[in-house]
Amino acid sequence: MEHHEEKISYLQLIKNGVFKENTIFRLVISLCPSIAVTNSVRNGFLLGMAVLFVQSMVNTTVALLRRFIHPRIRIPIFMLIISGWVSVVDMIMAAYARAAYKEIGLYVEIIVAFASILARAEMFASKNRPLAAFFDGFGSGLGFMIALVVISFFRELFGSGSLAGIPIIHAKPLLIMIMPAGGFIAVGLLMGFFNWIDIRFYGGKGAGGAAGH
Amino acid sequence: MAVTNRQQELVVTVSPHVRSEESTAKIMWTVTLSLLPAFVMAVYYFGPRAVYVTALTVIGSLFSEWLIERMAGKEITLSDGSAFLTGVLLGMNLPSSVPFYIPLVSSFVAVAITKQLFGGLGYNIFNPALIGRAFALITWPRAMTTWFTPTAAFVAMDAKTTATPLGILKEEGMHKLLEVFGDKMHLYQSLLMGHRAGSLGETSVIAILIGAAFLLYKRYISLHIPLSFIGTVAVLTWAFGGKQGLFTGDPIVHILSGGLMLGAFYMATDYVTCPTVKKGQIIFGIGCGALTALIRLKAGYPEGVMFAILLMNCFTPLIDRNLKSKVFGARKEASK
Repeated sequence: MEHHEEKISYLQLIKNGVFKENTIFRLVISLCPSIAVTNSVRNGFLLGMAVLFVQSMVNTTVALLRRFIHPRIRIPIFMLIISGWVSVVDMIMAAYARAAYKEIGLYVEIIVAFASILARAEMFASKNRPLAAFFDGFGSGLGFMIALVVISFFRELFGSGSLAGIPIIHAKPLLIMIMPAGGFIAVGLLMGFFNWIDIRFYGGKGAGGAAGH
Repeated sequence: MAVTNRQQELVVTVSPHVRSEESTAKIMWTVTLSLLPAFVMAVYYFGPRAVYVTALTVIGSLFSEWLIERMAGKEITLSDGSAFLTGVLLGMNLPSSVPFYIPLVSSFVAVAITKQLFGGLGYNIFNPALIGRAFALITWPRAMTTWFTPTAAFVAMDAKTTATPLGILKEEGMHKLLEVFGDKMHLYQSLLMGHRAGSLGETSVIAILIGAAFLLYKRYISLHIPLSFIGTVAVLTWAFGGKQGLFTGDPIVHILSGGLMLGAFYMATDYVTCPTVKKGQIIFGIGCGALTALIRLKAGYPEGVMFAILLMNCFTPLIDRNLKSKVFGARKEASK
């Protein structure tokens, strides 16, 4: 069962989540929020934080309970755990970040259905010790958050000429960038850019194989 | 001697035996040339700004093509004329009133993103010039719908703005259109000649038809797409365009206005993004026509040719895959 454990350090687990298995740019899953909430850096950052928290907590809980979950019904159990933690985040945000919650509240609730969360729980947390699972979830969530912040950085900069609500550029912004179409363009171009870096400097093959499936 | 002659008669070579004079570059430059009448009419109606806008889109297109090919370490293919043609077509699709950055940015989107990033000429899913225009329309909605009145005089360019015929038709209806243009005959005549507000190259129907006739004569395009496209728009706008009930609309106004002629003959027939099968081209044309009529009559935009063609571009692979002819003698594939 616990085959990853001794070989990989916790730092490596985090780095793995941020770079090698980055949810958005490498695994190409959970793309829905990467387009829906990234029209401002604040929204991207907040949803990223929510996912970071949920991912870490879900991984830890699943790892703690892994010996008690019958393999046949593991997916429904994972979903129950995920929705429990999402409810926690949802209520916290509704109570303490009302303005942002009005804009991204729907997407906070939809974290339940994010492929990335279930994927980490199924692929890693259900086979590893709680602490390793926590760092794996933390790394994956951190990678997701960084991806959202990077995407929203460019979209807000070009689409509204501001960053985190502070006006930067005083020219006519490219309105399309804060619209859904601009989200697709930004994600595609950034993914291409990171693939280029990977191929050029690290001798990798780039992501994108997963996008077709 | 006799032996050598016999040998020359019996030279054996590998196929292809019939060589064509055509090449991509020749077709591209010929299509560009066929846009000349429309361009002349654009200059006639909109003055130096027509040259200015088109020059900017052409420069932007050529630069984007060069830049991406240079960065990707590919062969520089500026001389095949495809980037030049995209630039000219994009210029034809912009209003004469646009500030300088709109032609430049939209030509970059057209050539760099829509064409080169998808793999270059022949690999793009969408018509590059139309994506460039769609990007501009969504990004700068006000600038892209500010139309200068055609003056047909080089001096009086004092930026009087007006609405396009389709805009008037959408906002205020047929009676207002007749009020502006006089009577029905004057309306049709103005639309045919191009004396109306609109994008640079789309206004003069007669000039576009001259260019298209030349392309048809050279057999660079066939009538399948344009006819089914325009025919569908005519039927649907005739049937549903009128306020008094079925079949009271005015199909002639709809055919002659907007970008329908330019779109049907130059955009929808783009080799890369339209189906290769003739039957598929008819389906493609009907789809474009139906979407255009739907957008013009029911949606928020007064004009829908651009979005209609782009949406049908998505269906091109699907149409081709399902209509391609059976390979003779090939075994039937087992169903998966």
